[in-house]
Amino acid sequence: MDHPHLLPELSFSDGGGHIDVPHGTTVLSFKFADGVLVAGDRLATEGHRVASRDVEKVFETDAHSLMAISGAAGPCIEMARLLGVELEHYEKIEGDALELDGKANRLSNLIRQNLPAAMQGLVVVPLYAGYDLRRRTGRLWKFDITGGRYEETEFEATGSGGLFARDSLKNHWNPRLSREDAVRVAVRALTDAADEDRATGGIDLQRGIYSIIKLCSESGIETVENGEIDGIYRALVAERSGGNV
Amino acid sequence: MSMPFYVSPEQVMADKAEFARKGIARGKSIIALEYDLGILLISENATSLSKIGEIYDRIGFAGVGKFSEFDQLRKIGVRFADTKGYAYSRDDVRGKGLANAYSQVVGDAFTQQPKPLEVEIIIAEVRDPRLAGHEHNAIYRVKYDGFISDHKEWCVIGGNVDDVESALRSDFRPEMPLGDAVRLGRGSLDRSSSGSSSLGAESLEVCVLEQDLPHRKFRRLSTDEVRSMLGS
Repeated sequence: MDHPHLLPELSFSDGGGHIDVPHGTTVLSFKFADGVLVAGDRLATEGHRVASRDVEKVFETDAHSLMAISGAAGPCIEMARLLGVELEHYEKIEGDALELDGKANRLSNLIRQNLPAAMQGLVVVPLYAGYDLRRRTGRLWKFDITGGRYEETEFEATGSGGLFARDSLKNHWNPRLSREDAVRVAVRALTDAADEDRATGGIDLQRGIYSIIKLCSESGIETVENGEIDGIYRALVAERSGGNV
Repeated sequence: MSMPFYVSPEQVMADKAEFARKGIARGKSIIALEYDLGILLISENATSLSKIGEIYDRIGFAGVGKFSEFDQLRKIGVRFADTKGYAYSRDDVRGKGLANAYSQVVGDAFTQQPKPLEVEIIIAEVRDPRLAGHEHNAIYRVKYDGFISDHKEWCVIGGNVDDVESALRSDFRPEMPLGDAVRLGRGSLDRSSSGSSSLGAESLEVCVLEQDLPHRKFRRLSTDEVRSMLGS
């Protein structure tokens, strides 16, 4: 269970400041009728440069929980991988999966251990969301760099475009969204964030790169197909341009 | 002062082996059985304490004998696999390496500890047709003295191996569907069971390694699923 020392030791002697490593940008999560949705854009930036156009920021940490990362991509991805291994390990050793609260608490610990690196600029501030099989509801948490864990009752978005995504969600979200409407609201929020924030990647039709959208409900995790996102995105563009595309 | 008696190493080993065999013979049997899309692990077990467990993506574990001892071995295996898979890649965790590690641990306990482990275990690894070098199922058995062997088609461990094996030998067919495999497994276990009637779904522990499942291929079948397969 306890392998935090396996996370890469990150310390820099130049005393903080900005380090050019790829950063993740807008991720969001909200509750819908059947559980919880988590989505993220695909762009990673290094300063003003594009580091990668198709990075994945939403990870399945087990069959009923998801972690979305924003911050320094390297430590974020490593943390998601380690959490996945720890949850699976616990489940196999004990014969039962951890409660969703327990999983979120474990992630808190991992983030707290990353604090020295965070002080150097390698910040990991994920969203964690999942379906609570005991309480039969979707739940989501945000974190701060000290490992502080805050449960959200409605929706949350983090990263440089998080503010714009939250604005969009405020206008279109409600707790009883159907699965289809939830995906539509997620595409809209990510598109709004990409529109206002230069470090968030929009849907890239030219290269066929789509946002990652995953839904977690009692039956497990579903990854939304690119085709569905494509249809919703084109409809959104047509709506906003008044049909002039 | 009295002199300690001299006991020959042969005698020590024979005594330990007999002790371990007696412990194992008291238990029920477990069968590992290849079917068309995976490996079936089936055991007579009406309790909630599992004898069959998941080790890693494609690897399952089954143990007979003393529960505390083989469950400890299962946990060692999970730790071995998870650590290796995290340090390297998930595909680097292989049944053969794990079976060898088990053989080492159990063999060392047999020669060095005053009491040998009263266990016999199976490590089953389901094939993955999409990966070169992983095209075949593998079933390994490790005995109480660390003796390791690999098996094709089926493998039996536990109390009444001979009767179960003879039933399997006469009725096993390669590439049979899961339902047939479960029925064959139950029928074979019936031979070693003390009761006169056939074993019901509620007194069986049934798990499968299904080659077509994504990522983690180990699955425990519910009593209802088993009941519908047995048609009772």
